[in-house]
Amino acid sequence: MRSNVVLETRGLSMHFGGVVAVDRVDFSLRENELRCLIGPNGAGKSTFFKCLTAQLRPTAGDVVIRDFNVTGSESHQVARMGVGIKTQVPNVFDGLDVEENIWLSASQSTSVKRARVITTEVIDRLELGDVRKTQLGSLAHGQRQLVELGMVLAGEPWLVILDEPTAGMTQDEVVRTAEIIQEINRSATMIVVEHDMQFIRMIARKVTVFHQGRILIEGAMDEVSSDERVREVYLGQRKSA
Amino acid sequence: MKRTRETNALVSIGIVGLVVLFAAPQSLELFAVISLTTAVSLAILALSLGLIWGYGGILCFGQTAFFGIGAYAYAIAALNFGGSSSAILVAILVAAAVAAILGYFMFYGRLSDVYLAVITLTLTLILYSVIRRTSGPEYKIGIAKLGGFNGINVPPINYPWDSNHFLFPEQVFYVAMVALLGSYFLCVWLTKSHFGRVSMSIRENEVRTELLGYDVRLYKLCMFTVGGAIAGLGGIMFANSIGRITPDVFNLYNAALAIIWVIIGGRGTLIGPIFGALVLFYLTSFLGQQSVVNINLFLGLVLIIFVLVVPRGIVPSVVQMWDRRRSRRMTARSARKFRRRGRTRVKEGGLEE
Repeated sequence: MRSNVVLETRGLSMHFGGVVAVDRVDFSLRENELRCLIGPNGAGKSTFFKCLTAQLRPTAGDVVIRDFNVTGSESHQVARMGVGIKTQVPNVFDGLDVEENIWLSASQSTSVKRARVITTEVIDRLELGDVRKTQLGSLAHGQRQLVELGMVLAGEPWLVILDEPTAGMTQDEVVRTAEIIQEINRSATMIVVEHDMQFIRMIARKVTVFHQGRILIEGAMDEVSSDERVREVYLGQRKSA
Repeated sequence: MKRTRETNALVSIGIVGLVVLFAAPQSLELFAVISLTTAVSLAILALSLGLIWGYGGILCFGQTAFFGIGAYAYAIAALNFGGSSSAILVAILVAAAVAAILGYFMFYGRLSDVYLAVITLTLTLILYSVIRRTSGPEYKIGIAKLGGFNGINVPPINYPWDSNHFLFPEQVFYVAMVALLGSYFLCVWLTKSHFGRVSMSIRENEVRTELLGYDVRLYKLCMFTVGGAIAGLGGIMFANSIGRITPDVFNLYNAALAIIWVIIGGRGTLIGPIFGALVLFYLTSFLGQQSVVNINLFLGLVLIIFVLVVPRGIVPSVVQMWDRRRSRRMTARSARKFRRRGRTRVKEGGLEE
């Protein structure tokens, strides 16, 4: 059973000065899982995400991906292990066209020839053919998010980590993204950080709830959403908002 | 369509380069050829900055450091070796090595752009004041005296591996022009290669490039090193055209000038910086002959006007204007065609009736 754990954190902590953003988190993810990380704003999801992808060096604890301790590695080394990463703010190449964006991702891990094939495949799969030659900077926000998903796909990752993939999308785009995520999950293990509960309901099987830097509860979506503490955390936030 | 236009542009640049290469020494006076050699050597410096700043996104405020190091290394090596052939190689390697070492600390230390500009500027200014203080006979490398602010007399380039035959100024011009064309097409090839495309993506978004799995530090280091080597080559040609190299090459004025060439010529193109360097070189030497306008005041004014009015530089703006005019003409033509066709159709219709 232990053997198919592909990502694990042990006592992971991240402090910013006196603020404890992530507090001794033990987390583990099995192969082919689609795990959602949820929690109110400031729960530490994004910091946790940044520690997983080596964008931040944790204050204490370890991140282990496929029995390889990546604590203290560089982001590009994590990415090279076959991890596809999408950040919260669309991180794309605004001055380049859609094709070039996806090609740059594909050609990192494979030959130039094969990269061209993958690029065409991904563009067809995401139905981006019409904007193939358009500069990213002139596309709508939702489309840019979609291109970034395409860039993640083009790297042919076995583990995909997405931070708020639906932020700023229209309802149709959210539905579409949910479909794409489920499709990606057929061939890859996934972690999705989100706070849009509706979206989570569309895709979630197992959910981890963060609260004040710690894991509050972990379990199936129904189980979690009926949990008293989770309601309190979310409703409490709603009351104050 | 875009690709063929690009190829056309490259071919015409190559042809213009070759025409200048062969025609200039035939039609110009010796003095003009020598000054053109100087201009060409500065254009190589501008090209190197255009590459690393425009394509690599690395704002190096002290690109003249590598230019000057190339010039000094060439002079010192040529004096010691008693010939220029291996001195040229050594000088390029020294310039590249200094860029690589400095780049290693800057990029692997993850310095932000502003610090990078400050550090590179500081490097060139340190070289300026250090070499100025080396007037005494005790400051020498091998048999080459550094000569303080008087500089070093530079032995001219000789025939390959034959140190008894020096090149004439016209021949030095040929070498400089070939060096410029060679480095230009090397840069073009580099920017089209996978390496170049990744470098441009780093310029666009460093975090994203890194998250795709590219080692951003290594790409930047390579880009910076290539830039250093090309600047070094420019320095060698500069030293040869002037016949003397002094610490002034490292001063603030020249460091800023290189930036101005790129801004005016057009960042994000390779021909722009070359163009900017040539235009400003001749403009300043023309203005130097009169005493009405202060050159520095004029340069400052030109820079301000460009930053405000033509922020993209000459070449990209001209290309854009050309494109707009052409598309306007094309739409006008197709509209005319459409109207004419409409008219004939009406006529035909009339005949049938």
